[in-house]
Amino acid sequence: MEQTTEKMHIVKHVIVIAIAFVMLYPVLWMLGSSFKPANEIFSEIWIWPKQWVFDNYIQGWTGIQGNSFAHFLGNSLIVSVGAVVGNVLSCSMAAYAFARLNFRFKTIAFGLMLMTIMLPHHVTLIPQYIIFNKIGWINTFFPLIVPKWLGTDAFFIFLTVQFIRGLPRELDEAATIDGCGPIRIFWKIILPLALPALITTAIFTFLWTWDDFFSQLIYLSDPIKYTVPLGLRLFLDSSSQSDWGPMFAMSTLSLVPCFIVFILCQKYFVQGIATSGIKG
Amino acid sequence: MNAHYETAAIRPAVAVKKKARRYTQNGVALFFLAPWLIGLICLTLGPMIASLYFSFTDYSVLSAPNWVGLTNYKTMFTSDKLFLISLKVTFLYVLVSVPLKLIFALAVAVLLNKGMKGLGIYRTVYYIPSLLGGSVAIAMLWRKMFGGDGLLNQILHLVGINAPDWVANPKYALYSIVLLSVWQFGSSMIIFLAGLKQIPSEYYEASAVDGASRMRQFFSITIPMLSPVIFFNLVMQIITSFQSFTQAFVISNGTGGPVNSTLMYSLYLYKKGFAFFQMGYASAMAWVLVLLIALFTLLIFRSAKSWVHYEDGGK
Repeated sequence: MEQTTEKMHIVKHVIVIAIAFVMLYPVLWMLGSSFKPANEIFSEIWIWPKQWVFDNYIQGWTGIQGNSFAHFLGNSLIVSVGAVVGNVLSCSMAAYAFARLNFRFKTIAFGLMLMTIMLPHHVTLIPQYIIFNKIGWINTFFPLIVPKWLGTDAFFIFLTVQFIRGLPRELDEAATIDGCGPIRIFWKIILPLALPALITTAIFTFLWTWDDFFSQLIYLSDPIKYTVPLGLRLFLDSSSQSDWGPMFAMSTLSLVPCFIVFILCQKYFVQGIATSGIKG
Repeated sequence: MNAHYETAAIRPAVAVKKKARRYTQNGVALFFLAPWLIGLICLTLGPMIASLYFSFTDYSVLSAPNWVGLTNYKTMFTSDKLFLISLKVTFLYVLVSVPLKLIFALAVAVLLNKGMKGLGIYRTVYYIPSLLGGSVAIAMLWRKMFGGDGLLNQILHLVGINAPDWVANPKYALYSIVLLSVWQFGSSMIIFLAGLKQIPSEYYEASAVDGASRMRQFFSITIPMLSPVIFFNLVMQIITSFQSFTQAFVISNGTGGPVNSTLMYSLYLYKKGFAFFQMGYASAMAWVLVLLIALFTLLIFRSAKSWVHYEDGGK
């Protein structure tokens, strides 16, 4: 009896590992191919390069159409960091008000906030574009960053509200008795305690902004302002096979920041997804 | 692209009104809500009203909007063949990719759940596609993998099969995108795993004593107990899938081709608005999308009564 369960376990592990291997194969193949010479990419389906070359990275890094890839990375970093700071700040402020303060029209405001979570962004897309166009923000990073400072990703407000509601109110009350106003309570008590929610907000904002393609495609047209997704896309326009290597090299490079964030904050990912159903 | 949310447990908003308490904190609340409120008015509510207005006009940014009544909506459903194609493509994509993804996510979650050693590592590994899948990098890899001389065909060649160029073939191109979506089952799987943990093990023990088979247990205990989570995943995936854009854009290099076989709704909307500058028409399309998503969500909510089982009787 015991032997069969033992066997069952091994079989299960083998199945799970096999599925994982097949799933990750494309990514690993891309990683391997980024170190292969051009002719080997097409002839070799195994991950490991027979001959290691770094030309792909050098060639990819010098960029395409005269723009260094470093430039794209820098632009993406500016946009992502700007978005993260804005989101964390504006969403935590609004969340504190919803979770702890009493004010008029709170129910209505909360309802509106929930509604905007479900709203497809397409319905605001064109008027937003027109507004940003009117104030001369096309081809700048502002349309990508400023909305985050205005709490338009309401999902994170909701997430943080739920978290703050779980914190004991006695803390606020004790601080009030000690003469703390709401602003100091927010800054000294709520923010430090709500750190897990803030980190979840930060990592998902970072990933979504880093991978965002639609808004960057719409708002950035000058290659100088291109972010990583737009820069990568330039590789697609050239269909010559000799560009596959540099394309894979820069694709791999573009995934590295996501991976680092993931490794550093793994715990928050699983918690964030499991408790709130955030999409990864 | 951030419409992917909602929570497993929307508790009734706290909004408990205490009659005795006065709204003494109006000023402070306004301070904390100010950024969000400005965003709500200027970037959400205002634009919503504006796009509703634009949807009844002929508007090309260069000239002022020109009221045309319901013409845009009429054109969509009567004479715009591409619109109808984009609807068909999107429906097909949603109806194939969402069930496949959830079935796969559930199957792997159940496999991992049964006291598996190394669960943490497997969960991490299975999540990686979800982590990376939304990026342009992976979409480009996909395009190359399923191309004529791509990885898949090289492997097929080894076993003697001469396969077509998948992404250049109108019959298969959409399915390469479906596969890319199913590949990212990791985040749904994590939600299923969290749900499976909540099922009391006594249920399985008791039913085992009564002689229930594994199969029977799965359909009589696991599925009903997990149905709220399945419901949640289903709603979220459908809402997200309707808005899918990046993958179709990159895999077809912005064309929606071959022969419009990957012309997803969002992609067509983008083309109308930002390639042809028919902003009025694109706004009308946006509102039709909202209605479609609302309709689907409503249908699922309606159906929920018959298959979603709540332990507390749905209170």
